[in-house]
Amino acid sequence: MTPPLELQEPSLVVQDLAFAYPDGRQALFGVDLEVRPGERVAILGPNGAGKTTLVLHLNGTLGGGRGTISVDGLTVAKANMREIRRRVGIVFQDPDDQLFMPTVRDDVAFGPANLGYRGEELARRVHSALEAVGMTDVADRPPHHLSFGQRRRVAAATVLSMDPSLLVLDEPSSNLDPQARREFAEIVLRLGLTTLMVTHDLPYALQLCPRAVVMHEGVIVADGPTRDLLADAELMAANRLELPYGFVLA
Amino acid sequence: MGAGHGHRWFVHGHSPVHELAPEAKVAATVLFVLAVVVTPREAFWAFGLYVAIIVAVALVAAVPLGRLARRLVIELPFLAFAFFLPFIGGGERVQVGFLSLSVAGLWGAWNILIKGTLGVAATALLGATTTVPELLRGLERLHMPKPIVAITSFMVRYGDVITDDMRRMKVARESRGYDPRWLWQVRAVATSAGALFIRSYERGERVYVAMLSRGYDGALPDLRTAPAPRRDWLAALVVPATTGAICIAALVTA
Repeated sequence: MTPPLELQEPSLVVQDLAFAYPDGRQALFGVDLEVRPGERVAILGPNGAGKTTLVLHLNGTLGGGRGTISVDGLTVAKANMREIRRRVGIVFQDPDDQLFMPTVRDDVAFGPANLGYRGEELARRVHSALEAVGMTDVADRPPHHLSFGQRRRVAAATVLSMDPSLLVLDEPSSNLDPQARREFAEIVLRLGLTTLMVTHDLPYALQLCPRAVVMHEGVIVADGPTRDLLADAELMAANRLELPYGFVLA
Repeated sequence: MGAGHGHRWFVHGHSPVHELAPEAKVAATVLFVLAVVVTPREAFWAFGLYVAIIVAVALVAAVPLGRLARRLVIELPFLAFAFFLPFIGGGERVQVGFLSLSVAGLWGAWNILIKGTLGVAATALLGATTTVPELLRGLERLHMPKPIVAITSFMVRYGDVITDDMRRMKVARESRGYDPRWLWQVRAVATSAGALFIRSYERGERVYVAMLSRGYDGALPDLRTAPAPRRDWLAALVVPATTGAICIAALVTA
């Protein structure tokens, strides 16, 4: 039997993370966050709160400030970078930034090939990643021939093929039509991975993430069940968060 | 979005020519063009045979000849230059109607016209039977330096994205009543070009970050699959072999 969630070793530990950009603008002022295996956590907050900066720290793209991050016990540091980037799969907001190879298949193969996989094992990973997002039949097409929703799914496949233990989604519902938005949610639920999701789409956060944290001005100001946070009118207003028109928590 | 852009030249099909390994087709095309260029311009019969070869390959590939002919339009600016040669060329002249034309100029024009047209037709045929990703893979397998293949592939991939950006900026400009008629009104276009440059530069940075996130360490992974089967090479090389034989015959008889 698996022990209860709070007794398991956390998947992700962020401790006292602070960071200022080279131009002097401080984006993070000491972020603490723990995520347990299998948890899905939404990161909410207004623009400029430091959400994307935090995400770019998780796989060591940004670094050099104060604090530490570890993923499944492995510290994010230069020496571990390859393994960290395997463990942390970031799906960026604009799939056109992520998909750069001439065909979908090559793009999904890019990550695992960087990890050294070749031949049959590589083909197997590509296939199962595309299968997980229901995109096997577009494998040989160029990414720019796909719809936006398809590209977002392929972008997810490009990190799934690396077999990540932490999936990070940056604005996963942006620019999707309602059906593609729902289909992507179903994929996230089906994958069942430990997931961090940065979003302004509060109903989406409620649907997918039992837990949420609110970031504001470079720190985490609230952490709790998503429903409770969204129901806290004072907290919401203080952080420029609002449910869309017509939405009431049932 | 840019759907269809990448397939501007490609004619969808499953002909034997489509199925050939791309590297064999690329090599055959290059060799064909070389043989055509080397053929002496006086050997009209040889050029007739070359045209027949192109037409034959197009028929096998089920590429409509009309579509192939329309692709030749790209050649027009170069032909404009050839068109003037008979008028401005020196030396012996020949009277055609009321025009006095230079013989050397006529030969020069003919040389450019036929060789250029055959070259463009051959590459158009290659493009009509090979998708861009396949072409890139073919070049890679022919040991084209990797950075060049990578740059070409980025260009192909983001050409459409940037064209779309540009189109949207144009629509947005025009939606606000911009309707340039005079040269001094191009300022908005120029600043848009600047903005587009910055946007593309920033996109480049984001693409790079996304690549790093997937373990990119400065070298694109070698995804080379099995080499082309020998029969693909044999089939593709029939074209340059025939062309080469004709070229040698033309050289010998000249």
